[in-house]
Amino acid sequence: MPGVEGFMYPNEVELQWSVLIVLYPFLTGLVAGAFILASLERVFHVEAVKPTYRLALLTALAFLLVAPLPLQLHLGHPERSYEMYLTPHRTSAMAMFGFVYLWYLMAVLLLEIWLDYRRDIVLLSQSATGWKRLIYRLMTLGSSNIRERALAIDERIGWLITLIGIPSAFLLHGYVGFIFGSVKANPWWSSPLMPVVFIFSAMVSGIAAVMLLYMLLTWLRKETIDMRCVDTVASYLFYTFIIDFSLEMLDLIHRIYEADESFRSLDFMVHTKLYMSHIVVQILLGTVTPILLLALTQVLRLGEMARKRIYAVAGCLTLIGIFAMRWNVVIGGQLFSKSFLGYTTYKMGLVTREGLLVAIVLTVLPLIILWVLVKLLPPWPEKSSGSLPDAAPVH
Amino acid sequence: MNLTRRHMLLLLPAAAIAWKYVLAGTPEASPNYTMSQHWWGMLIDLPKCIGCGNCVRACQAENDVPDGYFRTWVERYHVSDYDIENPHVDSPDGGKKGFPLSKEEGGKNFFVPKLCNHCADSPCTQVCPVGATFISPDGVVLVDKTYCLGCRYCVQACPYGCRFIHPKTMTAEKCTLCYHRITKGLTTACCEACPTGARQLADLKNPNDPIHEFLKAHSVQVLKPYMATHSKVFYNELDGSVR
Repeated sequence: MPGVEGFMYPNEVELQWSVLIVLYPFLTGLVAGAFILASLERVFHVEAVKPTYRLALLTALAFLLVAPLPLQLHLGHPERSYEMYLTPHRTSAMAMFGFVYLWYLMAVLLLEIWLDYRRDIVLLSQSATGWKRLIYRLMTLGSSNIRERALAIDERIGWLITLIGIPSAFLLHGYVGFIFGSVKANPWWSSPLMPVVFIFSAMVSGIAAVMLLYMLLTWLRKETIDMRCVDTVASYLFYTFIIDFSLEMLDLIHRIYEADESFRSLDFMVHTKLYMSHIVVQILLGTVTPILLLALTQVLRLGEMARKRIYAVAGCLTLIGIFAMRWNVVIGGQLFSKSFLGYTTYKMGLVTREGLLVAIVLTVLPLIILWVLVKLLPPWPEKSSGSLPDAAPVH
Repeated sequence: MNLTRRHMLLLLPAAAIAWKYVLAGTPEASPNYTMSQHWWGMLIDLPKCIGCGNCVRACQAENDVPDGYFRTWVERYHVSDYDIENPHVDSPDGGKKGFPLSKEEGGKNFFVPKLCNHCADSPCTQVCPVGATFISPDGVVLVDKTYCLGCRYCVQACPYGCRFIHPKTMTAEKCTLCYHRITKGLTTACCEACPTGARQLADLKNPNDPIHEFLKAHSVQVLKPYMATHSKVFYNELDGSVR
């Protein structure tokens, strides 16, 4: 059979989860990571990362809005997906997705963004004209009280929501890891470390994405990049990345040393079909290289321009590495037979429902949503956005 | 209570929505069958299997299984004398047309028919997000096609590779143990078509079923026992190399 080496159970030849399911944990990871970065300022009072706070929240929202789309497109019967809300099967890890997602979107992210921007929204609803005025008026939800006492209450509730939001972000992505980690039939996935690795890799990807977006947007706005902020974000990226890499290596070493019945099969797969995406792209290019680059900025006294360039390169490589990690988990976990006697091949379609083109659109879509959000709710002080009267952010 | 037009306007759409579920929950009529009196499984007497593929063909004809997908299939094992942990296995087109002559020399050859193991603790049932896959009270793992989302989580969760997504209905498919037949007192299509009696339907709740005597007198094993799924497909003289 073409694309098959050795023996596969006959129903295993076709891969079940495509590149869209690779995108799903990648996008959700960016959400969780961006939110955790935002919480650094709000809950842990890391003042240095303040310039990224609002941008991180908007980034999390943009990616969260798109996160269920790849799942929806992948379903055989997307029109039945509402059944997960109506009759969820309590023993299924996947059934809880709808609830965790809604909780995170409605109770955490939307509420926190609304509370944080409420003063700005009210002011904009008074100053804007035309259709923008209407949108802002709708966004006030009928609450135009921006007296000091009201804003103080907003601030307190916002803090509380962020506090709830941190475990929620861990839940959101840890749960995604559990979907894979709890499949006992698949030794490539089945690991109690999987949710933990997913959480840390989510933090790594979210921090890298917000760092890159902050640098890119500031550069586009011809403003000065706040180096104290970027240095702090980069140091968090470095330390989180080390934890993430250590966990992944622990998993790897454990597998190699234990060498259970699946080991020969998985080892062969990593050295053949997954060599490029796992060893080269994920480990060498997407993990070791950015960690070394970030380590340079921690150890050496480099100039501002050199640091910026290193952060940009390391950030991009990090995102590539984390995407490769999702790819290797999802696709890699389906390339070998559960009989451990053979391997199949993943053939990605180009313009099919689950093909490359759709995957690219779903990757770009959150960036377009983010652009709209940034236009609507500028995450930086008014002097650069130009549209906000008397609106230094209140927090 | 007086039913007003307003009440009717509220009740009718609700009843219309509920009716779909009432119909979906209505099983095919089988008047003399009581689910609680049965606990179905299957016995595969491996030394009797000759790899003819009759069972695969019968299953495909009975259940309209699309080409390239299998509710049941037959594997041929060749285990050499010096490397019992690495058997050579083939199953051309699921063994539907039998097997070509083996080129392997030495060692031993045997056939292993496979099907859904109708596990009592089935991982596929556990992971289904909407409960479209369920275990019937008589121990058969079934899929409600009108309810399945086609998320494929169950296909990933099955350790035995018994599930697939039907290319037309886009829902999960698998062996139903010919539920439409066994509830009418018939045996499964594969058991009926097996020329050697290598496959036998077993009712573990029926004290007179020959399975009980067979299990007492033979060395019987299930596939991948370490998966602890409480499989109900029992293999007589199962070789340790079988995956």
